[in-house]
Amino acid sequence: MSSVRIFFIGGAIAYRGLFNWLSPWIFVPTFLVAPVFQILLFVYIGRSAHAQSDEFYVVGNALQYASIPCVFAMSNTIAGERFQKTLGYILATPAGRLPLFLGRSLPVIANGVFVSAFAFVVGGLIVGIHVPGSAVGSLGLVIVVCAASCTGLGLLSAALGLRVRETATLNNIVFGLLLVFCGTNVPLRELPGWMSFLSQGMPLTHGIEAARKLATGHSLGSVGGLIGAELLVGASYGVAGYVLLRFMEVQSRRLATLETQ
Amino acid sequence: MKLARLIWVGLVFRVKELTRSGLFVFTAVIEPLIFATLTYYLFNAGSKPETVIYSALGAGMMGIWTSTLFASGGAISWQRWQGTLELLVASPPPFLLVIFPLTLGSATIGLYSLTATLAWERLVFGLPFDPVHLGQFVLAVPMLIFALGALGLVLATSFVLYRNANALSNMLEFPVWLATGVIVPLSLLPGWTSWIGWTLSPTWGFRALRNSVFGGDVWGPIGLSLALSTAYFAIAWVLMGIFERRARERATLSLV
Repeated sequence: MSSVRIFFIGGAIAYRGLFNWLSPWIFVPTFLVAPVFQILLFVYIGRSAHAQSDEFYVVGNALQYASIPCVFAMSNTIAGERFQKTLGYILATPAGRLPLFLGRSLPVIANGVFVSAFAFVVGGLIVGIHVPGSAVGSLGLVIVVCAASCTGLGLLSAALGLRVRETATLNNIVFGLLLVFCGTNVPLRELPGWMSFLSQGMPLTHGIEAARKLATGHSLGSVGGLIGAELLVGASYGVAGYVLLRFMEVQSRRLATLETQ
Repeated sequence: MKLARLIWVGLVFRVKELTRSGLFVFTAVIEPLIFATLTYYLFNAGSKPETVIYSALGAGMMGIWTSTLFASGGAISWQRWQGTLELLVASPPPFLLVIFPLTLGSATIGLYSLTATLAWERLVFGLPFDPVHLGQFVLAVPMLIFALGALGLVLATSFVLYRNANALSNMLEFPVWLATGVIVPLSLLPGWTSWIGWTLSPTWGFRALRNSVFGGDVWGPIGLSLALSTAYFAIAWVLMGIFERRARERATLSLV
């Protein structure tokens, strides 16, 4: 029962506490306007290069932008605590680590889903793409899966945050790599073999492919394998993140680096 | 003489300060390489692969704007976080002249981006870089830096009054890339956006740089870029006066 409380209530309180600075003045330009312009930029680059359809870029970039709230926010659940000098207190509590850290991911996923869905709808409307009405629910599911998958990667980044102090730099690199490797703007077949091979183990790759198929009229059943693969990749990062988090926690105590800014 | 010293010392200080920041080095060097790689494959995948060479220079110029945007915005925010903003405002020189070299320094760091991108594309993708007018290219680069620094200065003025204005940095990176035609021809965009692009000095700075590399008129764009940058400086002077007074009245200068 205590673990359930820590998971839901603790997660919500932590999110409110760590992101109290996320006012509409910051949220709107960062999470609502920026992804729409990212979509527009790549749509026009695509038109200029005579590359892919508008739909290709809208789907890819809307889903990829979930990585900003998910990866950045998840890693900030550790970096933010350290910045506020509360990380030591959190880790000194007897609370189970699994509900403690995973509970923080729920609001992060919800935010990622909202940002991604908003970018998809607004970007799609501006550019004028057509998505079958029957695909809306399935696309929503894929967006949730992608946001969860990115949050798994965020947990890994959060764990690294106990050792690497420049988490913002690290997350920017992660964002850039996802932009290049995951087929967001360039089809995987156009990338060198080693890049498309690596992309299979990255979050978003399978989700973006599934969303593109759904947007062109494929059924949910036909992309079940891709959604499953996306979930598997996300879960793998989540487990790796959790294990690394526990390891880094022990290391930080041993080396007395927990509060080092 | 004092003014020249102020600008030189501010510029050198800013360049040193920025090269110590891991986040900024990423923004200035790594991010442009990511975009250069992306645009290379994107244009290569299209049915007009001959445009790859244009996109290569475009990616380098995108990096200069990114550096300027984040560092110019940060110029005020970082002073605020470090508790030195009030001291700078209270110092004898006009505050705008204190901030201008900081934004100029930010744009200068953008040279890293341009150089890194061009070197990356030469070494990794084998794209040639043979400017048609080398002399004019050398002149166009500082003109572009001045244009970007002046635009950064206008943006920076808002940071004096609005503490959350750094969120603008997150929003303005892609729109300016679009509006200035740095990577996509302005003719592809809706007609009304051309008007915005023409009023942005970097549009002409980028055009001068592009023409110096691929051929075309360089002096006209340089002149327009210089004229608009001077106008930006005047606008920033007026805005800074208003914002600084209001920030003093509201006592918000030191609020983080």
